[in-house]
Amino acid sequence: MPERELTFAQAVREALAEEMRRDSHVCIFGEDVAEAGTPFKVLSGLVEEFGAERVVDTPISEAGFTGVAVGAAMTGMRPVVDIMFGDFLTLTMDQMVNQAAKVHYMSGGHWRVPMVMRTTLGATRRSAAQHSQSLHAWFSHVPGLKVVLPSTPYDAKGLLKTAIRDENPVVFFEDKMMYKLKGPVPEEDYTIPLGVADVKREGDDITIVATSSMVQVGLGAATLLEKEGISVEVIDPRTTWPLDQKTMIESAKKTSRVIVLDEGYGRYGVTAEIAAVIAEGAFYDLDAPVKRMGAMHVPIPFSPPLEDVTVPTEETVYEAARSMCKRS
Amino acid sequence: MTTATTRPDAGPEVSAEREKWLRVYRQMVSIRLFEEQVNELYTRALMPGLAHLYSGEEAVAVGICEALRRDDYITSTHRGHGHCLAKGASPDRMFAELLGKEAGYCRGKGGSMHIADPATGNLGANAIVGGSVGIATGAAFAAKRLGTDRVAVCFFGEGALGQGSLYEVMNLAQLWKLPVIYVCENNLYNEYTHYTETTAGTILGRATAFGLEAASVDGQNVRAVNEIASRLVRRARAGEGPAFLQADTYRYSGHHVGDINREYYRSKQEEQHWKTDRDPIKLHLNWLLAQGYADAASLESIAAEVRSEMESAVKFAIAAPYPSVEEVEKHVYA
Ligand SMILES: Cc1ncc(C[n+]2csc(CCOP(=O)(O)OP(=O)(O)O)c2C)c(N)n1
Ligand SMILES: [Mg+2]
Repeated sequence: MPERELTFAQAVREALAEEMRRDSHVCIFGEDVAEAGTPFKVLSGLVEEFGAERVVDTPISEAGFTGVAVGAAMTGMRPVVDIMFGDFLTLTMDQMVNQAAKVHYMSGGHWRVPMVMRTTLGATRRSAAQHSQSLHAWFSHVPGLKVVLPSTPYDAKGLLKTAIRDENPVVFFEDKMMYKLKGPVPEEDYTIPLGVADVKREGDDITIVATSSMVQVGLGAATLLEKEGISVEVIDPRTTWPLDQKTMIESAKKTSRVIVLDEGYGRYGVTAEIAAVIAEGAFYDLDAPVKRMGAMHVPIPFSPPLEDVTVPTEETVYEAARSMCKRS
Repeated sequence: MTTATTRPDAGPEVSAEREKWLRVYRQMVSIRLFEEQVNELYTRALMPGLAHLYSGEEAVAVGICEALRRDDYITSTHRGHGHCLAKGASPDRMFAELLGKEAGYCRGKGGSMHIADPATGNLGANAIVGGSVGIATGAAFAAKRLGTDRVAVCFFGEGALGQGSLYEVMNLAQLWKLPVIYVCENNLYNEYTHYTETTAGTILGRATAFGLEAASVDGQNVRAVNEIASRLVRRARAGEGPAFLQADTYRYSGHHVGDINREYYRSKQEEQHWKTDRDPIKLHLNWLLAQGYADAASLESIAAEVRSEMESAVKFAIAAPYPSVEEVEKHVYA
């Protein structure tokens, strides 16, 4: 039988539906999550199956309902909060950073916050500066939070199920440009552990460590580079915390060259952290400094020709990799 | 209908009144026809991204901005084209912004949701719901402190009532007697959810709790909006403090141009009712005729003029060049 294919959005929805069937404590909070099924239609059909008591439409009160989720998680529920655009995460910061992330530690291990915050990242949707950011680095910085960045429908389903079962607050970033991407997704119940990278493509000459939206870009660049005889290994860490350092370091040792590719800002960002981890772990095996590629350090502009140059593309990654691999 | 234009015995006051209400008519028609063009640009795939149309709500922006001076401030929302036009922005540069062109108000960097124009006191549209409540209040603080006697109007949808920061700034504004007017455009929906499902208690009660002067108005009646706005602006300018105005209105189209199938959250009959019986432009047009301020033909020719102005503004925007790529790194810091 051919493998069943789902879109990224369908995979997310299936993970939620399965977990909601398995555990009656799982509930969803967010704006227009019920009948509307979110503006991206990711949650369509869930309210019909689980009812408005478990798929809860909220007012436009991100700080408020995130706080409610923290408290509900501490006292027996397993809320999944929906933050429509990752840009609105800023409104939830106190609840996530000062409350959710710290409750377990501050209480000496008494209280737990088993909640998931689902949100989006990514530019190039012509949505301008307040609807295009990739803010996952902010959360990756904070002890007590876990951060998940699925890049395929398969990973989305398996990782989301794990996130919902986790005893800690987990922030789950979905690339909004990827919702229609299709890929094989098994019908059965499966989970993917947090903190385990996936080798999306094996190769020998250069490693591209890529996250979320940038995995496809890395794979595209790898195809272009193959034609030049350059063999690329593409590694997707899948979670920025916990971070699978070992897989990345081993790949770096094998290929001796690394590009780190992530749609957030590079400075003080995910690429900075991963580059440091690789530099520390594989220093004596590297033939070139680790190269970082991410969003240009500007607010994302609306104008298409401007927006297009703010994010790495297959071509820019291809060029960067080619120049790194030039043998003297 | 009556065909009289100005009565021969009409004094200067009447003609000023007449001029004002004809200007108001033209402004509302401009917004309506601007938005028609936006929808067309979207449908023809000429506009990048999406836009949130103001059609149906024209009387709110126009009635309020008519009560303001050019140097008074406004802040606007994702549904901001109407505010922007009513405050005096020109359609050609607005369309250019919507298409991401260098001639646009923000050099193409902002797009539909971020038009700002210092020349007309427009501090900017905002794509974060409730995102501008602090900015408007801060502008009122500066106006008071610098003694400029300007007033700030903060436009927001009733969805922004969910944002806690609104309550923080209303408290500050009342404590400090700031010249700011919070205008809540209640078009009944937060995206795809009826506001009664997201709003406990009353809307005005949220303002009166802090002691703000609070009122509600039929947002389809431009004269009623203007009358009450004029009073609130006068108060604010005289140092009597902030106010809150709830304007009841309706958006005719989807939440954004791509929101086509709406029947899961509101009925076609409801939409039809507002369009037929509560249209702010029709209502005002009928009043103008009844007053004898204009005849049908002259109102039609105003609309025709506006239409051709919009058409050439669109042409200008389509022909305008994109910013050069170096522009991308400009303006990150001042
Ligand atoms: C803080 C924040 N949360 C969510 C959104 C997404 N969003 C954009 S418009 C909108 C509904 C706004 O409703 P309302 O304030 O009534 O304005 P209207 O669209 O009706 O004019 C939502 C939820 C946003 N832009 N900002
Ligand atoms: Mg509304």
